[in-house]
Amino acid sequence: MTTTTQRTASGSSGEGPRTENQGFYTRQLPKYFPAALLAICAVVVSAVFALLGAFHPVPVAVVAALLYLVAITVSSAVIENSRRAKDRLVTGIVYCCFAIAVVPLVSLLSTVVVYGLERFNLYFLSVSMNGVIPSMDAGGVYHAIVGTLVITGLATLISVPIGLMTAIYVVEYGRGRLKQAITFFVDVMTGIPSIVAGLFVVALWMMVFGPGQTNGLAGAVALSVLMIPVVVRSSEEMLRLVPNELREASYALGVPKWLTIVKVVLPTAVAGLTTGIILALARVIGETAPLILTAGMASTRIQANPLDGDMMTLPVFIYQQVGNLGLSAEAGAYAEERAWAAALTLILVVMLLFLTARLVSRFFSPNSRG
Amino acid sequence: MTTTDSSTTAEVPKGRRRLGDIAFANTARGAGLLILAILAGVAIFLVVQSLSSLTANEANFFTSTEWSPESGPGDAVRFGVASLAFGTVLAAAIALVLATPVAIGIALFIVYYAPRRLAALLGYLVDLLAAIPSVVYGLWGLVYLVDQLQPIYRFLAAYLGWIPLFAGPVSTTGRTMLSAGIVLAVMILPIITAMSRDVFAQVPQAHREAALALGATRWEMIRTAVLPFGRPGVIGGAMLGMGRALGETMAVAMILSPSIAISFNLLQSGNQTIAAHIALQYPEATGTGVSALIAIGLVLFAITLVVNMAARFVVSRRKEFTE
Repeated sequence: MTTTTQRTASGSSGEGPRTENQGFYTRQLPKYFPAALLAICAVVVSAVFALLGAFHPVPVAVVAALLYLVAITVSSAVIENSRRAKDRLVTGIVYCCFAIAVVPLVSLLSTVVVYGLERFNLYFLSVSMNGVIPSMDAGGVYHAIVGTLVITGLATLISVPIGLMTAIYVVEYGRGRLKQAITFFVDVMTGIPSIVAGLFVVALWMMVFGPGQTNGLAGAVALSVLMIPVVVRSSEEMLRLVPNELREASYALGVPKWLTIVKVVLPTAVAGLTTGIILALARVIGETAPLILTAGMASTRIQANPLDGDMMTLPVFIYQQVGNLGLSAEAGAYAEERAWAAALTLILVVMLLFLTARLVSRFFSPNSRG
Repeated sequence: MTTTDSSTTAEVPKGRRRLGDIAFANTARGAGLLILAILAGVAIFLVVQSLSSLTANEANFFTSTEWSPESGPGDAVRFGVASLAFGTVLAAAIALVLATPVAIGIALFIVYYAPRRLAALLGYLVDLLAAIPSVVYGLWGLVYLVDQLQPIYRFLAAYLGWIPLFAGPVSTTGRTMLSAGIVLAVMILPIITAMSRDVFAQVPQAHREAALALGATRWEMIRTAVLPFGRPGVIGGAMLGMGRALGETMAVAMILSPSIAISFNLLQSGNQTIAAHIALQYPEATGTGVSALIAIGLVLFAITLVVNMAARFVVSRRKEFTE
C-alpha cells in the first residue's frame, strides 16, 4: 500500500503540491469531464471558425478533436498525473480512429443514396440501354440486372459443388499432405487479385475458343475462381461446428459414411452453409475487373444467354457510365446520374444479400429450432 | 481429427466397402484436387499466353518503363513492367501507412474501449466497409472525394512542399496517387481491423488482469500485455490488407489519371498500377498487346502470391505459439 502511494506520487513529479493527496488515490477528474471538455472544444472551435467566416464541418471537427486531445492531456497532467494523462490521450486517439472509419462509410453511403435517388425509379430498373445514345435522357439497368443474375447464378452453380465438396474432403476425409496442401492453397487462392482471375479466363478462352471471345460464361468462370475459396473456407468452418456425437451416433446405427455426411452432417450445418454461400455471393456480385475482361463492355441489350457474346452486369455498367463522364455536358450529366443510380442498385442488392444471410442464420440454425 | 479416427475404427472390412462411400470420397477428393489444378492452371495459362509478347519484346521486361506492346509499321514491340510495378507498390504502401495505425486504433476501440453492448454493432459497421463493391469506391472517389481532398492537397503542397513527396504544383484534377492511396486505405481498413480485433480479443485474461493488478492504466495494460501479444496478428492482417491493395483494380483505374511514369510525387498524376493498367488497356488491346497485359498480370500474381503466403506464414506461426 505505502509503496504504491509513494510511487504514484513520485511518478507525477513537479505538478504542484502532492500533500493534499489523501491516502491511496491521487486526484481524479470527474467522470463527465471528457464529454464536457469535448463539448466546450466543439463550441469554441465552431465559434472561432464562424467568426472568421469559414465554417465548414470537416475542418471544424478536425480542429476540435485536436484541441480536445491537447486540452484533456494538459488538464489531466495538471490535475491527475502524467500516466493518467497519457492514458486519456490514448483513449481520445482510439475514439478518433473509430470516427475516422465511420466518416468514409457515412460519406460514401450518403452520397450514393442522395445522388442515386435522382434517377433510381421503376423506369430505370425496367429498361435497358438498347438504342440509347449518350445524349438521351433515357435508359436503365434492366439488362445489367439480368446479366448480373445470370453470371453470378452460374458462378454459384459452379463454385458451390466444388467448394462444398472440397470442404467435405478437408473436414471429413482429408489427412496428411494433400489436406495440408489444399488448406494452404485455398488460403492462397483467397488472395488472387480479381483482375488476375479475369486474365486467367482470358488466357483459357484464347486457348480453347480463340482470341477475342467474351461471353457471360467466361465471366461466370472468372467469378468462380474468386468465389470457390470463400465457399470452401466458410463451409469448412460450418462443418467443423457439427458435433462429432451426431456422426458417431449415425455410424453406430450402421449408416455408411457418405450417407452420414449427406443425411446428418449437411442438414445440421445447412443454415451456416447457406449463410456462407450468400455472403460469398455478396462478395463477388460487385466484382468489376474480371468481368470487363471476360464478359465485355459492349452489350446494351437484354439477353439471358451466357454463350451469346458480351453480357452487361451492374458493376460494369457503373464503370461504363463513368467512362462517359467526359462527354458533352449533357451526356456527361446523364451518365453520372445513371452511374450513381446503378451504384445505389448494386449496394441495395448487396445489402439485401447480407440481410438474407443474417435472416437465414437466425431462423434456420438448429439452435433456434430446438 | 477425431472424426477421421472414429470413422477408421468403425470402418467395415475392405471387401464390403460400399460403392456410395467410394464414389463420394473420390468426388470430394476430386474437388480438392480440382482447386489445386485451377491454381496451377492460373499460373500455367498466364505463362503460356504471355510468352508470345515476351519473346517479341525488344526492351528489358523488368527494367523498361516503356509501353508500346503492339507492333505496327516501323514500330517495334517494346514494353516493361518497371514503372507499373513501382506504382503498384507505392499505392499499396500509401494505403498501408494510412490504414494500419487507424485499424489498430479501431480494433482496440472495439475490443477494449467501446461499451460492450455496442461493440458488436460497431464492429459490424466497420465490416460494412468491406461489403461495398470496389467500383462504387471508384465512383465515390472520382466524383466526390477527389474534390473534397483538393484543399488538403494545396495545404500539403504549401507547407510540406519541401518534402519531395508533396512537392507542388498540385494536380488540378486531384486524380493523384495520394487520392488512390486514401481510397485503398479505406478499402483495406476492415481487413486489418478484423485480423487485429481477433488477436486482441484472444489476449489471455490473466495477462491483462496481471497488468491491471500492478496498477497499470488502461493504456499501460494495452502497451504491456495486448500489443506484444497481438503483434504477429496485426502484421499478418496488414500484409493481407497489402495483398488486397496490390491487386485492387477498379478504384485505382477510375481515380488515377492514365499515364505511366515513375514519380515519387504524390500530388501530381504520373504513376499507374499494374491492375489498373490492365483494366484500362485491355478493351483496346489486340495480339501481343493482350499477351503483354497477361505478362504484367503474371508479375502481379507473383507479387501478391509472395505477400499472401508470407502473411499466412506469420499468422499461422502465431497460432502455433498460442494454441
